[in-house]
Amino acid sequence: MADGDVSREVRERLTRAGEGGVLRFITCGSVDDGKSTLIGRLLYDSKLLFEDQIKTLERDSRKHGTTGEEIDFALLLDGLEAEREQGITIDVAYRFFNTDKRKFIVADTPGHEQYTRNMATGASTADLAIILVDARKGVLTQTRRHTYIANMMGIRHAVVAVNKMDLVGNSRSTFHQIVSDYMKVAEDLGFKSITAIPISARYGDNIFKRSDSLKWYDGPTLMEHLERVDTAADDILELPFRFPVQWVNRPNLDFRGFSGTVTAGRLAKGGQIRVAHSGKEAAVSRIVTADGDLDEAVAGEAVTLVLDREIDIARGDMLVDPKSPPEVSDQFAAEILWMTDEKMHPGRSYLLKAGCQITPASVTTLKHKLNVNTFEKEPGKSLDLNEIGVCTLSTSKLIAFDHYADQRETGSFILIDRFTNQTVAAGMIEFSLRRASNIHTYAMDVDKSRRAALKGQKPAILWFTGLSGAGKSTIANLVERKLAGNGRHTYSLDGDNIRQGLNRDLGFTDADRVENIRRIGDVAKLFVDAGLIVTCSFISPFRSERQMVREQVEAGEFIEVFVDAPIELCMQRDPKGLYAKARAGKIRNFTGLDSPYEPPEAPELHIRTADMSADEAAEKVIDELVKRGLLG
Amino acid sequence: MTDIKDTVSRYAARFRKPERSHRELSPHLRELEAEAIHIMREVAAEFDRPVMLYSIGKDSTVMLHLAMKAFFPSRPPFPFLHIDSLWEFREMGVFRDELAAALGIEMIVHVNEEGRSRNINPFTDGSALHTQMMRTDGLLQALNAGRYDAAFGGGRRDEEKSRAKERIFSFRNTKHAWDPRNQRPELWHIFNTRIREGESIRVFPLSNWTEVDIWQYILEEQIPIVPLYLARERPVVMRDGTLIMVDDDRMPMKEGEVPELRKIRFRTLGCYPLTGAVESEAESLEDIVLEMLTARTSERAGRLIDFDEAGSMEKKKREGYF
Repeated sequence: MADGDVSREVRERLTRAGEGGVLRFITCGSVDDGKSTLIGRLLYDSKLLFEDQIKTLERDSRKHGTTGEEIDFALLLDGLEAEREQGITIDVAYRFFNTDKRKFIVADTPGHEQYTRNMATGASTADLAIILVDARKGVLTQTRRHTYIANMMGIRHAVVAVNKMDLVGNSRSTFHQIVSDYMKVAEDLGFKSITAIPISARYGDNIFKRSDSLKWYDGPTLMEHLERVDTAADDILELPFRFPVQWVNRPNLDFRGFSGTVTAGRLAKGGQIRVAHSGKEAAVSRIVTADGDLDEAVAGEAVTLVLDREIDIARGDMLVDPKSPPEVSDQFAAEILWMTDEKMHPGRSYLLKAGCQITPASVTTLKHKLNVNTFEKEPGKSLDLNEIGVCTLSTSKLIAFDHYADQRETGSFILIDRFTNQTVAAGMIEFSLRRASNIHTYAMDVDKSRRAALKGQKPAILWFTGLSGAGKSTIANLVERKLAGNGRHTYSLDGDNIRQGLNRDLGFTDADRVENIRRIGDVAKLFVDAGLIVTCSFISPFRSERQMVREQVEAGEFIEVFVDAPIELCMQRDPKGLYAKARAGKIRNFTGLDSPYEPPEAPELHIRTADMSADEAAEKVIDELVKRGLLG
Repeated sequence: MTDIKDTVSRYAARFRKPERSHRELSPHLRELEAEAIHIMREVAAEFDRPVMLYSIGKDSTVMLHLAMKAFFPSRPPFPFLHIDSLWEFREMGVFRDELAAALGIEMIVHVNEEGRSRNINPFTDGSALHTQMMRTDGLLQALNAGRYDAAFGGGRRDEEKSRAKERIFSFRNTKHAWDPRNQRPELWHIFNTRIREGESIRVFPLSNWTEVDIWQYILEEQIPIVPLYLARERPVVMRDGTLIMVDDDRMPMKEGEVPELRKIRFRTLGCYPLTGAVESEAESLEDIVLEMLTARTSERAGRLIDFDEAGSMEKKKREGYF
């Protein structure tokens, strides 16, 4: 073949493969609906399997397969050894295939109830969902759940693939009954298109090729539909411009650009942008790429913007259309999917990451839970793994966002546990609860530093944490006496004056413990504002709550004192007789016994009360205050 | 090998003075390119000490190209790291050095000195020991020495079953091990980059690319690659059904073996004693892509280290292999 011919043939084949861009879709179905078989069939029929892969597949089919002598396509997909042996898919796997019209990225997500989080993960980047229904079983609870999650995650195009048609004699009426049942489930949700196709994944019927046994069906095959479906119907280019700044590009003093990806809309060179947080505006003087400057940047493009004037912009800022800016707020309502074993408790502090913005945040209230099987609202106090709830959240810093229903990329966030660093939740913002422009912190003439100066001290929280009976209150009491004797202004908070008053409505469940500490932290902060040195003696067993209080005040104002004694010694001391009661089963959720205590990792002061007297311990605390310059 | 130098310096010139390119990338490659650039910028912004693994192969070279684009007009704000097994094809070393010099990027070359002093030899010590010492151990040494908290790798999800389930940001514990049962869920384009001291993240910006995408991108972007990918007459011997190129005189000949010239190329590059060649007439990039579109065997079929058993890659990854 002459060179020119090769070049032409290659270019023709490749260009065709590229025209439709990428379609990302997920497949979901119940156990044994034949999901893996369907994807295996798509890969096989799109001629993307190589000879060596087919050989491995044939060998594996004989060893692990469930289809006798035939190829078990499901084995192509179950990637990890352990899964292969158990015969289940436990995580999200991504697969790729091309036809001459489109590139496809498939997220294969498992159907087990406990794996809602995996399905949500796969759905978060998908434009279309294939909902598999077993023709023998019809619409099941799982079908409703998958439909609900796909819709919640913002997927607007659904394909109902009624599989195993061969096992119901390719019955037309069975198919129509299932489609009619399904429409009752999905018609009130937000789908723009729902297409139903009868298939047999095992035999390839209506996947790539039409089937003689399903002659009564005259709609598109699955592949025809996937190649043609236009998922960009709500033209993302027509949405208001959004550009989260990822990285400040500063190679030398003559160039300062802002690198990021346009998440929505378009922007021409010379166009006006606003910094969402500060409200400052500028014009875009250059749109820089390594392939030369562009005249216009559109959604999906990764570019570097240069502005016509110097304004303060950093990672986490969002450059937006001045005529149609996003919300900027520190309180909003969102749907949250809980993704970890440890329960979600309102009040606990997490890290919230939304695009390039990161801030401490907490769930202030759980308004209600959502039942993914019945689509109904249910009351609840906390969220378990794979549960979904509508919550209000409060962030430490203002964040810029859109509503998830309008803009996925700027309307979504994750919550991260501050200690395990696990991603614990996915969130979709519904609406803002108040606008930043309505908030005015009234600047008082007499402020914290003036109040403290009058008292000749620096305010602080002395936070005593440790097991019951470790000696917290005893030491705190001595410290306060010594401070008062020195003419210092103090106040002390402990179980006795808080539990009987402010927090009288709270019990000892994990959720109540979190709320208990949140309120105490808030009160302590007010006393710090008043210029006082506040001693707080609370078991406060959870790191995240202590961290939450620490972050409410300025650096250096929170001094964590770990009052450390072995539990055997505490039980021996048992000043209030509580351990005895707990061991007799009269008190439940007792820290150290049937409720955990998480010791501080880096306390400002670590006191081992087994080795010293209460007075020595108190002196150590005073020394620490002097060393930190808090006593003037 | 002077043609490597010329090709590479012509390539580097475009990052000094970009010209408005009239070549329009295919739509799906534009999407993949933008996604990879987004991922790289996230890493540069959120980690203290990132590093980009560079194996000299085609995927690595595409990744390096994307890094040049991602931070333009700045240079990539991290070094590149090559774990040299001392048994690479000679052409690869030349290519690596010329490319780094022309682009003005920092290229760290690490060799496992223990392996060097013990003269680890894949022909006599076997592929398992050689790969473990010179690649896996060498990589862990270099990552520890550099105290890198993020390392880019060129892995693709279409390569191998266990990769299909790996995250783009893949968490590693302080021992650099991967726990497939304990991966962080990855939603939208929000990546959880939080780690503790000593832990790290492996980042795979090419996760969603396929082998065809890589070749098509190389073709459309005119990215230089090691000439071993193109068919040429080279000295080879057939050993256990695999064509091994005689790249230097360290290769011991078995009885009756005589190197013969055959027109061959490589679909994947690594240590020459462990990399099988394919007979091919594909002398140009276009030829390769055409061959690719009609290929009957997957590229890992040329990689001898994967042949032990189907789960072997997952095992290696748990131990820290890329």
